[in-house]
Parts: sequence; C-alpha cells; structure tokens
Amino acid sequence: MRIGIDVGGTNTDAALIGDGGQVLAAVKSPTTEDVTSGIAAALDALGATDVSAVMIGTTHFVNALVEAARLEPVAAVRLGLPATAALPPLVDWPDRLRETVEGAVHLCHGGHEYDGSPISALDVDELRAVAADIRRRGLRSVAISSVFSPVSDDSERRAAEILAAELGPDVHLSLSAEIGRVGLLARENATIVNAALRPLADRTVAAFGEALRRAGIDAPLFLSQNDGTLMDVDHARRYPVATFASGPTNSMRGAAYLSGLTDCAVVDIGGTTSDVGILSGGFPREAAGEAMVAGVRTNFRIPDVLSIGIGGGSIVGPDGSVGPRSVGFRLSSEALVFGGSTLTATDLAVAAGRAEIGDPSRVAGVDHERPLKVVAERVAEAVDRMRTSAAPLPVVLVGGGSVLIDRLPGFDDVRRPDHFEVANAVGAAIAQVGGEVDRVFSGPRETVLAEARAEAVERALRAGAREGSVRIVDVEELPLAYLPGDATRVRVKAVGDLDLEKIDA
Amino acid sequence: MREIGIDALDDMARGAGILGTGGGGDPYVGKLLAREAIRRHGPVTVYDIDEVPADATVVPVSSMGAPTVLLEKLPGGTEELTALRALEAVLGRQATHIVPIEVGGVNSMIPIAAAAQAGLPLVDGDAMGRAFPEAQMVLPTLIGVRNTPMAVADDKGNTLVLDAVSNHWAERIARAACVQMGCQVSCADTVLRGDQLRDGLVPATLTLAEELGRAVRVARAEHADPVAAAVAVLGGVTLFSGKVVDVERRTTGGFARGRARLEGTGTLELDFQNEHLLARRDGAIVATTPDLICVLDTDSGEPVTTEAMRYGLRVTVVGAPCDPRWTTPAGLELAGPRYFGYDCDYLPLTAA
Repeated sequence: MRIGIDVGGTNTDAALIGDGGQVLAAVKSPTTEDVTSGIAAALDALGATDVSAVMIGTTHFVNALVEAARLEPVAAVRLGLPATAALPPLVDWPDRLRETVEGAVHLCHGGHEYDGSPISALDVDELRAVAADIRRRGLRSVAISSVFSPVSDDSERRAAEILAAELGPDVHLSLSAEIGRVGLLARENATIVNAALRPLADRTVAAFGEALRRAGIDAPLFLSQNDGTLMDVDHARRYPVATFASGPTNSMRGAAYLSGLTDCAVVDIGGTTSDVGILSGGFPREAAGEAMVAGVRTNFRIPDVLSIGIGGGSIVGPDGSVGPRSVGFRLSSEALVFGGSTLTATDLAVAAGRAEIGDPSRVAGVDHERPLKVVAERVAEAVDRMRTSAAPLPVVLVGGGSVLIDRLPGFDDVRRPDHFEVANAVGAAIAQVGGEVDRVFSGPRETVLAEARAEAVERALRAGAREGSVRIVDVEELPLAYLPGDATRVRVKAVGDLDLEKIDA
Repeated sequence: MREIGIDALDDMARGAGILGTGGGGDPYVGKLLAREAIRRHGPVTVYDIDEVPADATVVPVSSMGAPTVLLEKLPGGTEELTALRALEAVLGRQATHIVPIEVGGVNSMIPIAAAAQAGLPLVDGDAMGRAFPEAQMVLPTLIGVRNTPMAVADDKGNTLVLDAVSNHWAERIARAACVQMGCQVSCADTVLRGDQLRDGLVPATLTLAEELGRAVRVARAEHADPVAAAVAVLGGVTLFSGKVVDVERRTTGGFARGRARLEGTGTLELDFQNEHLLARRDGAIVATTPDLICVLDTDSGEPVTTEAMRYGLRVTVVGAPCDPRWTTPAGLELAGPRYFGYDCDYLPLTAA
C-alpha cells in the first residue's frame, strides 16, 4: 500500500492506494499553519501505517513566493563576464519580491559559448572575494548561474567547489544547470527562487517527516514534481522549486488514473476556478516557452492549463451569470444550502439534484437550469480551446466543484470517476520517476538523438526508476536559427516506475 | 521630434515582434537592454526622416547571430558602442544619428539601447520594414549604398572591420566571423547620409511598431479582438484562422527551415526559414515574401515566432503589404520567393 497526500492552501487530502492499484480510502482535512498537524490528522483518519511509501504534492513553496514570505535572501553569482553585464541577475523582478530576495549580486568571469568553449577563464581569486563578501553579509543561500551551463556545467561546478570550500557546509548552493533549461535569465530566476526557498524546504520536509512519525509510519517519503514525477526528500530539500506546478499535474495524473484514460482532457473544478489541461500518453501537455510565477519569468516545466472563473463557490448573479467572483473557502458558511445568504454555483447543483450537500430545502424553487447550462457551455468552450485535434476527446471531471456538470455540449464521453474529489492525492501516489536532457548538441542527427536518449534514460535510472520500465515519453528538436552548421537543441524526457527496493537499498 | 521612454517599450516590442513575421528574435532581451540603457542614460530623442539634416551621418546598429544564443549569452553592454566607434574610426567622421536596420524583432530594440548609450538621437524608420535574415536584404542595397565598411564587435572585446566587394560578400564573411565570435555580435554598417534616408529607409516604422503593440494591448483590455486590431493597423488581410496540426523542421545552410500545417476551415501551409515566407491556402499560394506573413495567437494577438510554432496552437495568419520598393524586380531579386529557393513568383496580396 502507498499513501498520496495533497497539501493545498485550504485542504490536505490523502488517499490510500492498495497494491493492486485500487483506492482503499480517502480523506479531506483542513491544512494547518504548521503543515504537520494537518497531515498527521489526515493520516490518522486514513488509519493505515503499514505502507511502502508516502508521496506528497504541495503548493507550500509556490505560495511562499506568491506571498513573498518565508523567503531567504540570496547571493546571486553569475559566471559569464565580460558577457551578460548589461543585464545583471534579478533585473526583471517585481520590486517587492526583489527587495525580499536580493542579498547580493556578483558578476564573475567564466561561463561558456554555445559550443561549450569558455567565454573567459574562471578566476579563483575573484570567487574567493565573492565568498568573503557573502560571509560578511551573513548570507546562507547562494544561486550560481553560468552562460550555457545546459551545454557545459563545468564553470558552475568549479565555482561551487571554490565557494563551498570557502563558505563551509552551512551555506546552501543552488546550481542553474540542475534546475532549468536554455535561457539564462529564466533559468537563473528559477535558481534564485530555489535558493530563496532552501531553508523553508528544510523546515517543511522535516515537518512532513515529523507528521509521518507522529502517525506511526516508517516508510520512504517522496515529493511530486512539476512534470508528474517524484523526487526523494533529499532532492526535495535541495530543489524545492521543482514542486511549483505539481498541483495541477497531480490532479490531471490522478484523473487519468481514476478514469483509466491516458489521452483525455481533464477539468479540475475547485471553489473558484475550473482548470482545464490535456493529458497525452498519461502525462500533462506542457506549456511552451516561459512561465511567469509571481511576476518572475521562469522556464519551469509547467503543464499547459487554461483557467476560467467558474467553481463551486462562484457567485450567481441576478441575471443568471456565474462567476468569476467566488465566496472561496467561505462556501461552507455563505452558500444558501449551508444557511448563508449568497446564491452560489453549489446551490444550483443541489437544486438540480446533482449533489446532496447541506440543506436542499433552502434552494427549492431556485432557477438552476439556465445558469447551469451556461456553466456547461463555458467549460465546454474552454476544453475545446485546449484540444489539439478534431478527433473525439474524452473529458474527465475531478475536484469538489465538478458536481456542477453532468454533460458538456460537443463532448460525448464525459466522466466523473470514483474518488474524483481527491484526484490530486491519488495523482501524487501514482507518480513515476523521470530524467530529462535539454542541451545544445552538434553532430549528425541520429548520433545526437541516440546520445540524448541514452542520457535521459540514465538520469531516470539514477533517479530511482526500475530497470526495464523506463521509456522515452518526449523528444523535441529545435535547430538553432541563423547559424551555419548543425547545432540543434534537443530535449528528451524519460520516465519509469519507482523501484522501491532501489530506494530502500 | 519626440522621445522614447521606458513606458513605450512594451508596446513597441510587441509590435516589433509582429513585424518580425516569425523571425528577428524575441524582442524580450532587447527590450530589457533598451530599458536598462534608458534608465541609466535617459530617454532617447527620435526624429522623423524629414527632420534629419541632409549631411547627417546615420548609422544602423544591430545585432547579428542566433536569437537562441542571445537568450542565453546576454550582451556585455559595450558591444554596440565598440562597433560604432570602430566604424567611425574608419569612416573618419562621427555618427550623428542611430537608426534600426530591421524593425522586426530584437533589432528594433538594440538601436534604442545604442542611442541611449551614445547620447545620439534615433531616426524613426528602418531599412527593411520587417525582418529579413541577411545583411544585404536592405533597401540601401537597392540604391547602391554599400553595407561596408562594416564593424562587428563581440562580448569579449574582439572587433572586426570588414571591407567587401559586395553587400552579399559582406554578409557571408560577417556571418562566418559571427560564429567564431560566439554567435552573437553587434554590427554597425550600411551608413546613410541624411539625404539618402527617403530612398534607403521605410519611414516611421518605430511609430508603427508602437501603434501595433498598443492596438493589441488596448483591444485585449477592452475584450475586443486583438488580431482584428493588428490587421487594421497593418492595413493587412486575414489569410487564415485555425490550429497548428503539424510542424516539420530541418536545418540547412544555417537556416532553420520548416513547414507548418494549420487546420481550420480548410488548411493553410506555412513555409518558413527563420521568417514565414510562403502561405498556401488549400494548396493555392495566397501570400509570399517580401510581403509580411504574420502569425498571431488568436486569443491574445501576441506574435508567434517560427521557433515557438507547435502542435495545437490556435493562430491567425495575417498578410500585410511590404514596402512597394521590395516588389520591384531588383527588390524581388534580393528578397523574393526565388531567392529563398521557392519555385514560384511573388504574388501580391488580395483581399480575403
């Protein structure tokens, strides 16, 4: 048995999955300030202690960035001089977040050209002086970036060795080559965000562990990453930024699992929004290009999600319109069925007999037909905007608010699987492990692709995948424009099932 | 005369992205460079072509190389002025004005940064009216203006001053040097006298870029159709609206060539080589280079670069007439479909 947990801003959901893959039990419990007691309460309610692994998905870290709270000031060290000086680190950050996160900015020599050759030699004395400044300022977390580190991480590694030798083990180092892909500012931003989250990650991961101990569970703990794969706690402590988009990823993967589909649209209807994503081959389709998180341009691997302002807490207007204003987490006190005075989308669903929540007599006679038809039409339109072909596309509805919908115009196959309300906890429980390569290669196409595939598989195995279960799920080639020669940027992703024996060993 | 301040840059960069017809590089890094330069040195004065004295020395400053490299290896910040000073040294006179060589893409922004740093005014216009991949594909070539002497500077401090027998040769040599210098360099070349601007430039294209970007932003804010707003500013025609269903890419001779297939009411095929060059609707050609073939995100009106074209995107393809000098026999020889290896003649846009 394994347990999947989703620690959201409002609720902590947990699901117990049997060895045959069936959902044995599921619970919802309020998220607590200290995180630990909310998880412990959910685990108590599940009642199972003899489990082989616990997987947690959390929005805790992305929320810290959005709130600009609980963040550590960071020393940003970039290697690339004399290039890159025109646009120093943190150049395009929102002021408030920058003030919180900026501890120091250092531009240093080093870095690489597109083919891996050095821009300039790494300067040991320069880096020692940087270390002295970091020590003087009392900074405890450092983000190291270098030009073209996805092609060669040599500069970053050597700089990290020098800084580590000077600063000792108590100062965290985050390396950009381990975090992002080509695109210096976006990758560097993600690295700085990661560095700012490191102490919080230590505390949070420790709190997760404490919750498990309190519940009497002695099993390895994993966290879900943006792409629907897992990382162990040691990795999570070092790369908290990799959890940023795990919420929508887990709900989509959970929806796929509960419905038995691998290629479908998923609509996760919560209290305020409906989030529409597309699953292809069991994994969420990723957004192209760079993603903004809390006003910071990053290049995280983030699922392509379209959100519209319709959820269970959406306020119904006198004209029959639904949303985007929502009563949010106050649903249980403000909705008519709960004795409140606001007509919400949930009241409509109860009036229509689609849900048995609260007191149905309080919504007798409410005109539900027209507004619910509008809700279905708007969700259908959002799904249609996300679809990539005219071929029939099954739609899976999950989330507490999905009771709003029974049919979608234009879609014949609409399902709401059992345990739809805890799809994201289920998604966390079933996550796999993966490896990705994203580099500029040069050479003949066949050789390049073979090399990239082998490296991705190797990375997946190193991450804990079971031998023989690893497969390539995504290959993308992008020739570099305006350049002679055959330099090509190649992205390959491999995933496999988690090998628990490998982890225990 | 007017000034370009930080507030104008977002709109201008968005519009320049649309005028880049899929190429020219994402203006994002260029916009940050212009913004930081204006922050440090103050706003840039911009003159209309008519306001520039006949004896002025107007120097186009641009970046050459791979847009992907620019996203990774940001400039040091001294390259533009190094190239400009090297060019001035061989010219024996100083630049009085800076001008964009190419309004499409990142090269709309680089001259703003250069002008701020040099403390020189900018001319409102450019030598293409869009984006093209090679240095000789500029209106000055059509009036016999040479692109040499050409000064090229990299981030490491290397400088090259180039003389060549033709504008094509300058492109070939500079491109090879660019690769050696790290695939991202700054250039100062194709010097124009004030009295050559009318024949050598497409006028008021910086203003056009800003208007285009503003129209899209305002339409979006008002929940109107941003693509229709762009079409109106461009004086263009909507060729097709649909979904990208296939993208095929290959690299030959330093060009990222490819073809995208769109499905909607019928199909549209787009051939691109860094820029979108040819559009076929249901098998029949409907637009060719040198007219502008702009691909916009149907919902947001944001430009979609050839690198960002991917399966599933919902886009609208817009055709817009190029500057009429490009459709003369000499213009077509320089940048018509046959130059890019397509076995077809230029076909003027017709209303859809």
